[in-house]
Formats: sequence, C-alpha cells, structure tokens
Amino acid sequence: MTFLSLRNVAKSFGGVTAVDGVSLDIERGEIFALLGPSGCGKTTLLRLVAGFEQPDAGAIRLDGQDIAPLPPYRRPVNMMFQSYALFPHMTVAGNIAFGLKQDRLPAGEIGARVAEVLKLVRLEGLEARKPHQLSGGQRQRVALARALAKRPKLVLLDEPLAALDRKLREETQFELLAIHRRLSLTFVIVTHDQEEAMTLAQRMAVMDRGRVAQVGAPRDVYEHPASRFVAGFIGTANLFEGTVAGQDNGLVRVQSPAAGCAVAVRHAGTLSAGTAACVAVRPEKLRLGDAGCDNGFAATVEEVAFRGEATLCRARLATGHALTLSLPNRARAGGDAPRAGAAVRIGFAADDAVLLTS
Amino acid sequence: MTGRARTVTILLAFAWLAALVLAPFLVVAKISLAEVVIGRPPFTALLEWGEGAMPPALRVNWGNYALLFGDALYLEAYLGSLRLAAIATAVALAIAVPLAHAMTRAPARWRPALLVLAILPFWTSSLIRVYAWIGILGADGPLNRILQWLGIIDAPLAILNTDIGIVSGLVYSYLPFALLPVYASLVRIDPALGEAAADLGCRPLKSFFRITLPLALPGILAAGLLVFIPAVGEFVVPDLMGGSDTLMIGKTLWTEFFTNRDWPLASAATVLLVLLLVSPVVVLERRLFLRGEGRA
Repeated sequence: MTFLSLRNVAKSFGGVTAVDGVSLDIERGEIFALLGPSGCGKTTLLRLVAGFEQPDAGAIRLDGQDIAPLPPYRRPVNMMFQSYALFPHMTVAGNIAFGLKQDRLPAGEIGARVAEVLKLVRLEGLEARKPHQLSGGQRQRVALARALAKRPKLVLLDEPLAALDRKLREETQFELLAIHRRLSLTFVIVTHDQEEAMTLAQRMAVMDRGRVAQVGAPRDVYEHPASRFVAGFIGTANLFEGTVAGQDNGLVRVQSPAAGCAVAVRHAGTLSAGTAACVAVRPEKLRLGDAGCDNGFAATVEEVAFRGEATLCRARLATGHALTLSLPNRARAGGDAPRAGAAVRIGFAADDAVLLTS
Repeated sequence: MTGRARTVTILLAFAWLAALVLAPFLVVAKISLAEVVIGRPPFTALLEWGEGAMPPALRVNWGNYALLFGDALYLEAYLGSLRLAAIATAVALAIAVPLAHAMTRAPARWRPALLVLAILPFWTSSLIRVYAWIGILGADGPLNRILQWLGIIDAPLAILNTDIGIVSGLVYSYLPFALLPVYASLVRIDPALGEAAADLGCRPLKSFFRITLPLALPGILAAGLLVFIPAVGEFVVPDLMGGSDTLMIGKTLWTEFFTNRDWPLASAATVLLVLLLVSPVVVLERRLFLRGEGRA
C-alpha cells in the first residue's frame, strides 16, 4: 500500500488553476521531489498535504487515513517553510520544543528530544539563541530540527536549501541525505532546482502547469524524458524536430529539416510514417567526430566555454540549427576541446537519443 | 544619511520639542509657583524687581502644590481620571486587537478601504461626535428605544451622566488611536508563523496568544499609551457625558482656570499631571526601544 496517495487532486484560486488533477503515490521512507518551474503548482500541492489549503476535488490519504478533512494542527505531518518561519520571540530551544509542548509531553521528555534533534542538525550549544542571532545556515538547521522534533510520519520541505549560498547548499544536501537515512522518515521536497532534486530524491515528479508531466527516478527522468517539456526542464537537450520516415530493427528514422537529413534513434514502439516526432540528445551524448556513430553532421564550432569538469561547445550545422555539446576534460593539457571557428564532425549513437512525440 | 544630515535632523527635532513642548511647560511651571491676584495677568510675578534692587527677589509660592496634595477633591480627580482612562484603554484595546486582527485577515484589496473606514470619523468634529453619542445613549435615544422594544429592559438605562457614559465616549473617541498601531504591528507579522504554529499542532486560538499577541506587544503597548494619555486629561467627554459628581482632572482644570480664574492652581495641577504621565512613559519607551533594537 502506498504511504501518501494523492488521487485527482485539484485546486484553483479565483478561477486560476494551480493544481489540475494530480495523482501521485509516494512510498514510505523515500525522498520524493516535486520539481517544476515557478507557478507549476508544486508548492500548492505541498500546502494541500500540510492542510493550509483545502482541495477543490480529489483525495489525500496518508498511511491509509483520509487526511483531507483534517485541519493542519491534526495532521501527523510537519513542514519546513521556505522562509523558515521561526518564531522570532522564542529561543532555538523554544522553537524546537513548540510542537512537542502542543502534544503535552512531560518536560524531561521535551528536553531530551530537543537535545537529540539539536545534535542531529549539529547545533548543540545554540539552544538559548534567538533566531536573529543566527546565520542563515543555522536558521535553516533550526527550521529543519523543528520539523523533525515531533517525529512526524511525513516531513514536507518547501525549497529547503534555496536561501543558502551554493557551497553551503551542496554540503547541506548530503547532510539532509544522512539525516534522512538515520531517521528513515518520508520526505517530500519541493524545489525548482533540478540538480537539488536529482541529488536528494529517490524519485521525483516533474510538474508543468498544475499537472504531473513525468514521475520516476532521477536517472529515468533524465535519460528517458517523456516529453519535450521534461527533456528541456531536466538538463539540456538538443532537439531535432521532424516526421517519422521509416522504422526497421527497432530504429526509427526521423526526417528532420533542422538536421538536414534523416536522424536514426532507437525506439521500442511502432510509429506510422508521417507522424510528427522529435529526437532529443543530451549534450554529453554528442561526440566530436562521427566514426562508428549512427548519425553524423558537419558543423562549425561557434563558442567554447570552459566549465571545469567539462567544456561546453556551441556548434552550428549547415542548416543553421545550433547544437550544444558537453565534452569532458579528461586531460589537463586540454587537447580534447576544439577552437572556435573549427570545422568538425559531430555524431551520436541511435541508442543515446530519445524519440519524443509529446 | 550622512553624519551631518543626521545631526541637523536631530537638532531640528530637539528645537521643535524645545519651542513647542518644553517652553510652554516652563511657562506653566512658572505660573504654578505664583499667587493668584485680581488683575492682568491674574498671578504674581516670579521675580520681583523692587526699587532698582539687584538681584531681584525670588517669590516662590508652594501653596498651590500644598493645596493639591491637601485637598481630597484634587486627589480624587486625579485618581478618577486614571481609573476611567485605564478602563477606557482596556476596553479600547479589547475592541481594537480583535478588530485589527480581522483586518489583517481580510483580502489584501479590502484593507485600504477598511483602514479608511477606521479613520473616517476623524473627518467630523469631535464635539459633534460626542453630541451624537449623547443622542444615542439618552433616555429616549435609539439605544434605549431598541432595548425596550426588544423587551430586554423595562425602563430606560441611565448611561449618560455616569461613568459608563464617560467610558463609552472615551472608547469611541480614541478607538482609532488604538486600532492603527495594533493593525500596523499585526500586519507586519509573517503569516507563515501562524501556519508554522498550526503545522506543529497548535490550535488557532492558542496560536493567537502564543505567537501573534507577543509579537504585536510593542504595537499594543503603543496603542495603550496613545489612548491612555489623552484620555486622562480629557475634558470634552466628562464635561458633556459625565455626571455632576464625576471627577476627572481635565474638568477640574477647566473649572479652576475659567470659572475660578485661579491660573496658578490650574498650572500646578497641570505640572503634576504631566509628571504623573511622563514618568511611566519614559520607562515604557525605554523598554519598547530596547525591544526594537533586539529584534533588528
């Protein structure tokens, strides 16, 4: 049985649809990410689970219990707010103990639990500080500790790392993973940052305009995007729009004006000739030189950008279509990157591309 | 702001206070030490310039203060003022806090209109508004008529010319002064704090007392002072709505000044009133100021 189940959940605000019939199944103990551009409905979905909004339609079940009619203070769910929403007039310990006091736990038990979560988020010694005496990173930890203190069945995290700077964000991602593994709780994380979602989540739902565009493990979503939107939102994709020209031995040939020729791509399904389709290839799947590749194009390198672990290249085909390549920097001497203006051959294997029809 | 601009601004504020608050207060304090005489002005001079005598003789009369402390009438007037003003402040806050809270919960597009409604009564003269209340609360006024028609009371309630009448008038007159600071402090509170409290298992009413109220406390204290201080010295409401036996210091002052033409005694009463009100304000202000600094 799924742990958190959403069935056809819909919510609109004054005629504007925020969540449009979402169904999701989230398993016990997983980290599940809701990912999408701003305005895609991911935060509204989280607020529906927390109980701050009431769904117009649909069912929300947690551990077999219908929680849709429950007010937020009766749900076994705790949320970490994007703004942290720490109580400014209470100390760190007071903030963390607040939820435990609502449950009327004995004082000794509350003290022990506060100490436990403070240790978990490595904030020992800061119990007596007020939120305004903390750094941004420390506040983020207090907010996390407060959401974990009640040992909720489900922890909701709304853009938990968005306010941190890049370095701190990367460190905190791994800490969050360690905390999750230690507590074996279920986390639902809302983020607009695809890297954050892929780092943290075991599975994720990519959302677009109030609907779920695709659900899957980060690798599945990245390597097998279900639509042009997902291919473009998760990572970068080079797209060859065209029509299906033929199919044999599991290879589909798409006649693409952008490529100036037919592009071969591996695809399991059957498609009738003439169907509009798109071949998507990730920048790191494109190779310089097309020896042994199913597809090859002549191109001119326009821009070269050194990015540390890889070099990004922008190359233009004779048709005017631009491609982005990501070339790994394997050698320190840097001999593997072309120069701007160089005439090159670009190739990729049919296995490394995806056929998209929606 | 540069250092010099800041100095100039502070100096301007001090000059303003010195010219319009301190100087008149010193004049009043000076008169309070004089003796009443029939003449113009109706009090003796503090410095007597005798026949070319140098230095001039200082004539200080503490008798006015002795009278204020000695005569039960004045003590009762002070205490009566403090009591009625305190009740009116408590009632005004009890109305203003839930009202302002409701205003912050109203849709954002309604809030400016609600604020305008709150200060709209100020567009009419306060005297006219107090007279209107005399009409409303009178023995054959609409309030008594409605209550009698509903069968809740048999005989008209005597509200006018009682303490209840005065408190009603004070609350009505100063409610906007309570409403605006409370609203300003409530509207600054992040709505996510209420959601966080609910998320952690706190019911709405408890959340109001544990989260909202403590965070709005500076605004509520300011609102209390803004009602209490003018209410203590209020003259119009006790004069028009109070009974003949109501003792409030504002009314007593007026009588001493205009009826008895005893400027020195009225001035002494004023000096005592100012001292009475300023000392707690200084203490509270310090607390508010420190609080504000701690929050930054």
